Amino acid sequence: MADMAPAKLSCRNVWKVFGRRPGYYFDSRGYVIDPNVLAERLRAEAHLPAVVDASFDVMAGEIFVIMGLSGSGKSTLVRCLSRLVEPSAGEILLDGRDLLKVSAKELIELRRHAMGMVFQNFGLLPHLDVLGNVAFPLKIQGKPARERETRAREMIALVGLEGRETSYPHQLSGGQQQRVGIARSLAVGPELWFLDEPFSALDPLIRRQMQDEFLRLQKMLKKTIVFITHDIAEAFRLADRLAIMRAGRIVQIGRPADIVLNPADDYVAEFTEDVPLLSVIRAGDLASTSKETMPLAAPVRRDACLEELVPRLAAGEKVFPLEGDPSMPASVLFAADILAALERDSARRVRS
Amino acid sequence: MTNAAAAIRPAWRSRVDLGLLAWCGAIAVALLCLALKTRLPWLVTFPKDWTLPIAAGINAISDAVVPLVQPTFRAFSALLDWPMRAIRARLVWLPWPAVMLAVAALAFKAGGMRLAVFGVLALAYMLVAGYWPQSMSTLSLVILAVPISTAVGFGLGVQGYRHNRVKPALTALLDLMQTVPAFAYLIPLLLLFGFGPVVGLIASAIFATPPMVRNTMLGLERVPEAIREAGLMSGCTGRQQFWRVEIPTAQPQILVGFNQTTMAALSMVIVAAIIGGFEDIGWEVLSSMRKAEFGQSILSGLVIALLAILIDRITLGFARGGNDSPARRLTGRRLLVVLALSVFLAVALRLFLPEGALLPGSGLRGQAGFVNQWLLGVVRDYGWLFDGIRNGVLYSLLLPLRIGIAGAATPAIWGFSWTPALGLAYTAAFLAGALWLAGRFGWRWGVALLVTGLFLYAGFVGFPWPAFVLFAGLLAYRVSGAGLALFAVAGFLLIMLAGLATPLAMSLYLCGLAVVLCVLIGGALGVWAAHSDTVSHILRPICDALQTMPQFVFLIPALMFFKVGEFTALIAIMLYAIVPPIRYVEHGLRHVRADVVEAVEQMGATPTQTLLNAKLPLALPVVMLGINQTIMAALSMLAIAALVGTRELGQQVYVALGKADAGMGLVAGLSIAFLAILADRLAQAWVKRREVVA
Repeated sequence: MADMAPAKLSCRNVWKVFGRRPGYYFDSRGYVIDPNVLAERLRAEAHLPAVVDASFDVMAGEIFVIMGLSGSGKSTLVRCLSRLVEPSAGEILLDGRDLLKVSAKELIELRRHAMGMVFQNFGLLPHLDVLGNVAFPLKIQGKPARERETRAREMIALVGLEGRETSYPHQLSGGQQQRVGIARSLAVGPELWFLDEPFSALDPLIRRQMQDEFLRLQKMLKKTIVFITHDIAEAFRLADRLAIMRAGRIVQIGRPADIVLNPADDYVAEFTEDVPLLSVIRAGDLASTSKETMPLAAPVRRDACLEELVPRLAAGEKVFPLEGDPSMPASVLFAADILAALERDSARRVRS
Repeated sequence: MTNAAAAIRPAWRSRVDLGLLAWCGAIAVALLCLALKTRLPWLVTFPKDWTLPIAAGINAISDAVVPLVQPTFRAFSALLDWPMRAIRARLVWLPWPAVMLAVAALAFKAGGMRLAVFGVLALAYMLVAGYWPQSMSTLSLVILAVPISTAVGFGLGVQGYRHNRVKPALTALLDLMQTVPAFAYLIPLLLLFGFGPVVGLIASAIFATPPMVRNTMLGLERVPEAIREAGLMSGCTGRQQFWRVEIPTAQPQILVGFNQTTMAALSMVIVAAIIGGFEDIGWEVLSSMRKAEFGQSILSGLVIALLAILIDRITLGFARGGNDSPARRLTGRRLLVVLALSVFLAVALRLFLPEGALLPGSGLRGQAGFVNQWLLGVVRDYGWLFDGIRNGVLYSLLLPLRIGIAGAATPAIWGFSWTPALGLAYTAAFLAGALWLAGRFGWRWGVALLVTGLFLYAGFVGFPWPAFVLFAGLLAYRVSGAGLALFAVAGFLLIMLAGLATPLAMSLYLCGLAVVLCVLIGGALGVWAAHSDTVSHILRPICDALQTMPQFVFLIPALMFFKVGEFTALIAIMLYAIVPPIRYVEHGLRHVRADVVEAVEQMGATPTQTLLNAKLPLALPVVMLGINQTIMAALSMLAIAALVGTRELGQQVYVALGKADAGMGLVAGLSIAFLAILADRLAQAWVKRREVVA
């Protein structure tokens, strides 16, 4: 997949260090030092390495989730991507252009047109009503009033807040406020969409609704998304690919199924312990090519999750053919493979 | 930093003993001083030979500098004089129906129907009472001072918010501006600008600036990070970010600052009447008080009170953003139309009506003679009551505190004299009490009782100053650290060196007593209000009114019933300073963490036990802030209370004002500021230490 779609946003060895003189540690002498060693040294010398040597690519149109516990550096990392926080070292490439080298003026232009961001605590302006808040980024650009209003109304309709245009933020519920935040971040039609724990401040039921809403929007809009969360269920539910952070480091990047099936270390394994395998692993993840003749059973979608196969599995089917390109070698999913994965999973649970 | 380090140091227990040792040493020094006082009188009365001519020095400098810069300042004064006269002339020229219409519209916009009615009634009272021109004069000074203070305060606040290096200097400057009594800087202003209302205006502007600065800084600092980032991510330029994101978000707080600035300006405009100026309402109150015309002073005092409440509610209403439905129908445009209409009405009235028809002759004040008679009669008839209260408190509380129990217990005052046996019993009683307290609640309480006993015995004026400085230094050191201790010791020594030892002792005693009484009475009221919604509802408007009132007003009732003297000053100070303990105690108790209270109640604690063991200790930091506010209020009232005859630092300022003695005024004023700042730092350090420990 990575070789097919171009990377929209690339993060190369990005560091963010808080402290008295972080610059001292990143002079460009050209020798390479092990990131873990450097991080240790920084901590020993009263600096806080919030982001340690982060590298990843976000493909156009995918939802890239960064997950970690609080204090793991995920919020700092997403702020480095938009330069709300100035990284201490590294490169951030947007369509191949280093964001860290653009001037303040160019950065403002990029923020005005290429990026949108949603905040955990909404960040709505208390003195503006819903319409004013959604139109705010357009107003900042000096767009004429009529164009602003038309566009803002479109966005408000998109997030389902028609009729609340003249309400003020303090008159709205948390979920409604975040809808305004989403509408505002989309008003300028950005290609890049950053969401920093957008649903963490909401009640569980509302959170679930908002996640559905988010997936619906993404199906329509196909933005390139960096989504920050500490909620593991949310991460596995929304992610095309996800990165797990711990103490400033990215410990694993991969598709949800890769991470639960092959956790990089004990930390990730423990962390993902409660993820329901049946709904995370998809048929394609366990497929194997088969030279045997195709069984006559009904074909299965590659992205169907295992949960959907449970009834047929229980009915005793042994082999599931996968839908696929006829030119490619046919692939099948063996019931035995599914059971093996489940067995490994339950064994892991019993051990811990 | 030092507090935090001290709090988490493992050798805590050994430090406690060290503190106890230090306090015992200090008490021993005090006892020694007291024992030696007949042989070494300089231990009690700060020797005159030691004083330095600090005030004279300042005067010499100012005498040299003032003539050089005076022309510039006089020119500035002339520059301000013109718009001031113009505005005053316009306001007085405006016929009252037009002003009433405009005020009613503003009040309606700010606070709905009720405030509009109140505004009309208040203005009607001013008219009927016969103080219309004076009220408009006062208003014109406020209208001029407020924009100056607001603009300067906003600018300084933004600088303080933007530049971290400016902030400490700015905060120190604000502390000084708010704690030096205005009378003290009136003197140099008088020297520079010459006599006249302009000085009052400038003094008001200085006095009214700090709240605007503080609230601007506070509002900008409190803009939520998410809003700031949302602005940046919307692509705001620096200027857009400031004017369209940060300022609108901080606006409610900034408007609170505007409200406080307006109230401070009003308060100061009234106080500034003391240096003369023109016919304004402060002058009316002052001159009628001087002539002992209580009727007039009540009538005019009421004008001030109404003016203060009206201005406060209107500005506060705008700060909160009129949310009631009727007020919202009056849009900004409609408001402008009404205001234009009132101007039009004014012109029309002026053109078509003869001059005399517009103002009622002399109003109620002309008939105030009757009120005067009646009030004087009441005061005379119930004189036994008021005198009884006054003498009771004077002889049983004020006098012993001032000259000590040993001094007060004479046959002439208490009917018996102080014998060695009594002294022994006194010492034994306090020692026993201290030991009991120390065993029950910790040694600090025991030490506190002993120190109280010492002060009661010797009196504030008779207390040996070396021991006093030692106590102050030790307290500051224990609560905050070496820096504050040095500040305290140096400050007290400097005041004494300036020859103000006795006024200092008098100030400490008067303020100290006022604060203790306020905390006891106000605290009790606060506890009551925290547990009864009815009491809270009754107290709230009273507190609101007391806090809105310019300080000057409190002198009127106190003076009327208790005549000139220390007790009257005490009452006036207490009236002004009692609100913070009521408010903070109630607030602190009502907002104690509910889970803790529930846990304690669940264990079966009685309401009293819950109050004493859970609520009060948890609310203590908030209560302490209230006490801090009380101390500030009491000290700021000192200079005003000097008008009714006291012998403390405020009186020195007041006397210096009369003599245009810039040096003495400045030294005495700075002394009061020093006391206020020291008390503030002590309270804050104490609260911080408690929070770290918790």
